[in-house]
Amino acid sequence: MNILILAETHHGTFRKSALEAATYARKIASTVSGKVLALTYGIEADHAASLGEYGVDEVLLLSGEPDPLGLTEAMAHAVKEKNIDLAVLAYNIVGRHVAPRLSARLEAGLISGAIELPQWQNGTMLVRKNVFSGKAIATVECSTPLKILAFAPNSTQPEKSPVHTAVVSYAPPLPVSRIHKVEVREKKGEVSLPDAEIVVSAGRGLKGPENWGIVEDLARALGAATACSRPVADVGWRPHHEHVGQTGLTIRPNLYIAIGISGAIQHLAGVNQSKVIVVINKDPEAPFFKAADYGIVGDAFEVVPKITEAVRKLKAST
Amino acid sequence: MLTEQFLLLGASFLPMNILVCLSKVPDTTSKISFTDNNTRFNTQGVQFILNPSDEWYALVRAIEIKESLGKGSVAAVMVGGAEDDSLLRKAVAIGADTLYRINAQPQDAYSVARMLADFIKGQSFDLVMTGRETIDYNGGEVPAMLAELLGWELVSPVNKLDIIDGKVRIESELGALTEVLECDLPLVVSAAKGLADQRIPNMWGIRNSRLAVIHVIEPSPVAPLTRIVKFDLPPAKGQVKMIPADQPELLVKLLHEEAKVI
Repeated sequence: MNILILAETHHGTFRKSALEAATYARKIASTVSGKVLALTYGIEADHAASLGEYGVDEVLLLSGEPDPLGLTEAMAHAVKEKNIDLAVLAYNIVGRHVAPRLSARLEAGLISGAIELPQWQNGTMLVRKNVFSGKAIATVECSTPLKILAFAPNSTQPEKSPVHTAVVSYAPPLPVSRIHKVEVREKKGEVSLPDAEIVVSAGRGLKGPENWGIVEDLARALGAATACSRPVADVGWRPHHEHVGQTGLTIRPNLYIAIGISGAIQHLAGVNQSKVIVVINKDPEAPFFKAADYGIVGDAFEVVPKITEAVRKLKAST
Repeated sequence: MLTEQFLLLGASFLPMNILVCLSKVPDTTSKISFTDNNTRFNTQGVQFILNPSDEWYALVRAIEIKESLGKGSVAAVMVGGAEDDSLLRKAVAIGADTLYRINAQPQDAYSVARMLADFIKGQSFDLVMTGRETIDYNGGEVPAMLAELLGWELVSPVNKLDIIDGKVRIESELGALTEVLECDLPLVVSAAKGLADQRIPNMWGIRNSRLAVIHVIEPSPVAPLTRIVKFDLPPAKGQVKMIPADQPELLVKLLHEEAKVI
């Protein structure tokens, strides 16, 4: 079975999702025997070869930095030319464009948001994914000749598994999007929330936007992204893109720290797939404690700066 | 000079025909359980609602655009059975003009996207709006599949959308990046937080919704590409470990040594 991954890059280096995809594909290839190929872009050939350390046999290097439409076309092209049976990509911002487009174009079954490695039964692929906002896990089967597996970001950690790798330049004709980028605003120095490993989040318990300094300090000490609950985004204390929950973003970081958030079911739906949850709330009856791994009942304004201090000490000693 | 001005004005007042795709989902607070040896979602006692991002963001913004242009129409479509008609009518109560129901039970994202695409190809919509993701199967696959099957461009997620001189201007928040985009029509967009606010139907809207005609479309059958074979409940969460408020350094120690997340 030949597997093709999409290896995303950013400013000339591989994104973590690229290494996750390579690791994920190599683990599958080791159980079903086959080659792992990667499609990539925006990186020097020498650097591109580093995917070999994560088990990629052949790297197809596109010129330029294609948009999702171009990446879909390039993936579709490579699938046919390289006899690909399975495409693997992260279900992130780019993957949410490319994976469903590829599925519809090639009539290939797509299982998105996979949380584990697939199982195989006579050519049928079975994969588990979270559904009902983390309240259940579905096992989904796919038996189309070409299959597409889009794993949940952060569901797998990059692991080295070196193989000999070849980098070839790849230049299929690609379409150009008619969408015109007028402006790109980058929030400098901020950790991107959708793929952050640690998230520090706060709610109405902080009483006002002027009090967010303690949240930002803790986030900075941990190298974490900041997030917020819905009421806080709705009243404009924090920007909309920080809202996590049922109608905002769904995230699955390794560590989620909730400060002054009561834990309404709508909020939990967006964060309950986090590996470890810490809740800090002055109300011992806050429902969020039931979903937490660690809890502190206390005043955020006293507790949070002390945690930040302890984190700084830990970071300085390690 | 006058003609030029007229053309410019004309461009900004072109009627826009917007289609909003709606999904039926269990209410957020529903208890999730399964039947038939854990192969089917148990709908007994479950209250169904319109998927929040379809209703609050896509539908409400579509209606706001129509109202601000003073021209055009907003249609809503759902893939579902006759039992879903009352839910679909809510779109009119909020302000949609026309309702379509594609008469089939949704099976997977691909079959839904194909049925929607087949329907849209026979109509003349300029803009197709969906929510970013449904709160039941959480796939978020339909918008990009739909764009692909129609041969249209897609913008996702869409956090702000305005029509300026016949062009669509969009803000799309991608983690630490915000892209400002200008797009031609036709276009598929997937609506996310910030695009609009929830709208409560008024008396007039509720009255209209009772009288609204639902156009029932009989689709050509589409075979799904994937199938759910089993549901499990997630493993129960262990007991929360409470840490005294005066020992925050203990929390940091546990996160480092026990949980190994920092």
